[in-house]
Amino acid sequence: MSGSSSKEAWSSRLGVILAVAGSAVGLGNFLRFPGLAAQYGSGAFMIAYFISLVVLGIPICWAEWTLGRYAGQKGFRSSPGIFYALIRHPLGKYVGVLGVFIPVVIYMYYVYIESWCVAYGWYFLTGKLNLGGNVSAYDNYWAHYVGATGDGTALLPGHQAAIVFLLIVFALNFFLIYRGLVQGIEFFCKYAMPALMVIALVILARVLTLGTPDAAKPDQNVLSGLGFMWNPGDWQTQLKNPQLWLAAAGQIFFSLSVGFGVIITYASYLSQKNDVVLSGLSASAANEFCEVALGGLITVPAAFMFLGAAGVIGQGTFGLGFKVLPLVLSHMPMPWLFGFLFFFLLFLAAITSSLSMLQPGIAFLEEGLGLNRKQSITLLGLLTAVGCTFVVYFSKDLKALDTMDFWVGTVFIFIMATIIIIYFGWGMGIERGFEEAHRGAEMKIPGVFKFIMKFVSPAYLLIIFALFVLFEVFGWNYHTGEFKPTGYVRDLIGPEPNVVARVTVLFLVITVIFFGLLTALAGKRWDKEKSPGAKPNNPSKS
Amino acid sequence: MTTAGWIIMLSSVGAVTLLFVWCLCRVLTHKPSSEKLHGIDDIPTEDVEKD
Repeated sequence: MSGSSSKEAWSSRLGVILAVAGSAVGLGNFLRFPGLAAQYGSGAFMIAYFISLVVLGIPICWAEWTLGRYAGQKGFRSSPGIFYALIRHPLGKYVGVLGVFIPVVIYMYYVYIESWCVAYGWYFLTGKLNLGGNVSAYDNYWAHYVGATGDGTALLPGHQAAIVFLLIVFALNFFLIYRGLVQGIEFFCKYAMPALMVIALVILARVLTLGTPDAAKPDQNVLSGLGFMWNPGDWQTQLKNPQLWLAAAGQIFFSLSVGFGVIITYASYLSQKNDVVLSGLSASAANEFCEVALGGLITVPAAFMFLGAAGVIGQGTFGLGFKVLPLVLSHMPMPWLFGFLFFFLLFLAAITSSLSMLQPGIAFLEEGLGLNRKQSITLLGLLTAVGCTFVVYFSKDLKALDTMDFWVGTVFIFIMATIIIIYFGWGMGIERGFEEAHRGAEMKIPGVFKFIMKFVSPAYLLIIFALFVLFEVFGWNYHTGEFKPTGYVRDLIGPEPNVVARVTVLFLVITVIFFGLLTALAGKRWDKEKSPGAKPNNPSKS
Repeated sequence: MTTAGWIIMLSSVGAVTLLFVWCLCRVLTHKPSSEKLHGIDDIPTEDVEKD
């Protein structure tokens, strides 16, 4: 395929590793992982976590890197194009629609969350986020800021700040994407990722030297905070809990950005001489370092030191990040500095991820429709702006955001990752897959991974997906054996459906049909180019 | 912080740190066969500049 995207290539190996690591390192590393580890008792959770990393995370990463580079050699840079090249069937390209649909939809709400990080960092710097010692004050502040109190409230007068920060972040993302793969994404990640790690280490040093922040509560100190995070519970009993395995596998899965359509797109810009084995492992290792070594030592121990166990238990990602931690940070010495640094850290983690969510869409529009950079940026900007406005408007209890995150950011990712690992092990064939992976490789994948990638990873993934459907869709109670459909299902079907959830799903259906139609158009274009005597299109001149 | 807690924390943090440092060392010390594989000239700034 021709076009500007097909000419693009990473300028250095470190650049692509940092870009993929940047895509993987996100808010979940610093907010979701520590909460889950503490919730499930760290000992048992870490066993399940590392098993999932070895049999699920790293194998799927290698499969995505390999398949992406393989299709890239055939001239395809977008997920539908990549699957058009991989699955030689008229319907093959439609499998790849998920690889564009997933990141684009996730971007629609992720960029809103990203803007909260910028806003909170700015408010700390300017001293506006000192709301006292009660977490409910921070809860109310956050609910008011994001518009969780009612639909449309985020767009009302008095909420301009949230919209201004959103516009700034939205524009920054598209500015960097407009600069291209090397001058935009790679350039930014080369500075942002090291900066992120340095900031995290500074905050970690601060947390670990806090001692006993409140002399009146001597039991809330650094060691007890670390103990709350890392002390194992009854690990033998906990390991029998399927929800623990689901949580650990889910965390590995979403943290490494596998099944998003991002790695496969990024890898398509590599040449056959480029290593994918060491690069894939390095990007995964960078993500794990940020998650376990930095995230695992900062957020939950810090929150415990100031609020005790009661202040930490049951807090989700948003609760920990935008309610508990602002309170904790405002009580640290030099709150303006450490509050700003922490939310700037979250912002860097978020923007390196959101940039990666845009590239699959840009690559598809350029390659599939023959648009040039400006045209593709404009079209994708318009589409994501509509989706983002939808999320911001239907902000009551963050229903639209939550619904999108569940169906697209969870269910579809499982499906996409399953397709990738099954194709690698069975479609391409494990022997050929390994041969392809080892072209230009600077390290060998241990032979045992042939068995893991062919049998264990797909089986493990399907079991985890079945558990997910049982627990998160049908609401299976593991202890009583009863089924009660979860809110995500009851919002759509049942006696009391939620209108916003239904409209959100309708929006998602329309979006996926839209991408399906574009893929049909792209397929015609690719068929034409493949036909004998066809002149290659040059989208950059169209 | 119990002894088991220390063991889990140090082994988990140590394992990922070692893996990360090992990967970083290999990436930085092994010179790839061709660093600029498609060539820096192929960076797609032309359509941006043209437009």
